[in-house]
Amino acid sequence: MSNSVSALNGASATGFATVRDMGLQGMITVRGDLSATAVKQALASALGGEMPGAGHINPSDSGHTAWMSPDELMVLVPYASADAKLAEITDGMGDTHHMAVNVSDARCMFAVSGDDALVREALAKLMPVDLSSAAFKPGQFRRSRMAQVPAAVWMAGPGEARIVCFRSVAQYVFDLLKGATAPGSEVRYMA
Amino acid sequence: MLILTCPCCGVTGEETEFHGGGEAHLKRFGPGSTDEAFHDYLFSKVNPKGVHLERWRHNNGCGKWFHAARDTVTLEIYGTYPAQTTEPPQSVKDAITAKRPGWSWREFA
Repeated sequence: MSNSVSALNGASATGFATVRDMGLQGMITVRGDLSATAVKQALASALGGEMPGAGHINPSDSGHTAWMSPDELMVLVPYASADAKLAEITDGMGDTHHMAVNVSDARCMFAVSGDDALVREALAKLMPVDLSSAAFKPGQFRRSRMAQVPAAVWMAGPGEARIVCFRSVAQYVFDLLKGATAPGSEVRYMA
Repeated sequence: MLILTCPCCGVTGEETEFHGGGEAHLKRFGPGSTDEAFHDYLFSKVNPKGVHLERWRHNNGCGKWFHAARDTVTLEIYGTYPAQTTEPPQSVKDAITAKRPGWSWREFA
């Protein structure tokens, strides 16, 4: 069996904040009527934790659950357990109309860490989103774009941002983040 | 720069997060209709100065289509409303009337 690696295999770059490819991350996309009782029950028993409200990400028993759109969730689990978790979700759903797919190898995840204001500033250079600490708090989840490609972002904690994008644009996103955190390019707008 | 609020996911973003989808509330004419009706459906789009109703898609977000009422002169957004409607809701009409009394757009006013 070939050895699975993430798109950039753990690459990192350090400027005024540290950019890091987080390696393999299990991701399952679930689509369906999220307000339907059968769907809610299946997800609650398979994932645990509270289901996230619109635009939020909540911790689950083995990772996180993020709200992607009115009919879509993204389930973050350890890479090795993605297939098992997917089977658990599918079993729980039974005949309920839904779609659940393991998309771990189609996406990649980055971390930007450092001083909270500087991390937010680096992302704000790339995304048309108000990332000030007053407007974008830990627990919120925002899908938008990063320069020319779609990306989702959330704050795992103060000074700890997480970014999810498609694997095919991983190098592009890494280079963007590296450029945005280049030493000497601090704007200190949010400081 | 247009500031749109997606009625599906509630996110307020600027226009590069969205993508315009042309005129709203088109009535489709296909097989069985007259050539003239089909031609008008395909090509006769309004290009107003002022109030305009359009379709937009939140393509760098939740991916859903919705409707937006905007002003092509001032670039303000009067309101956004779900795609599953055949005419703008009263609240959007009222918002337009407040700024542009006596407005009309195709059959709506």
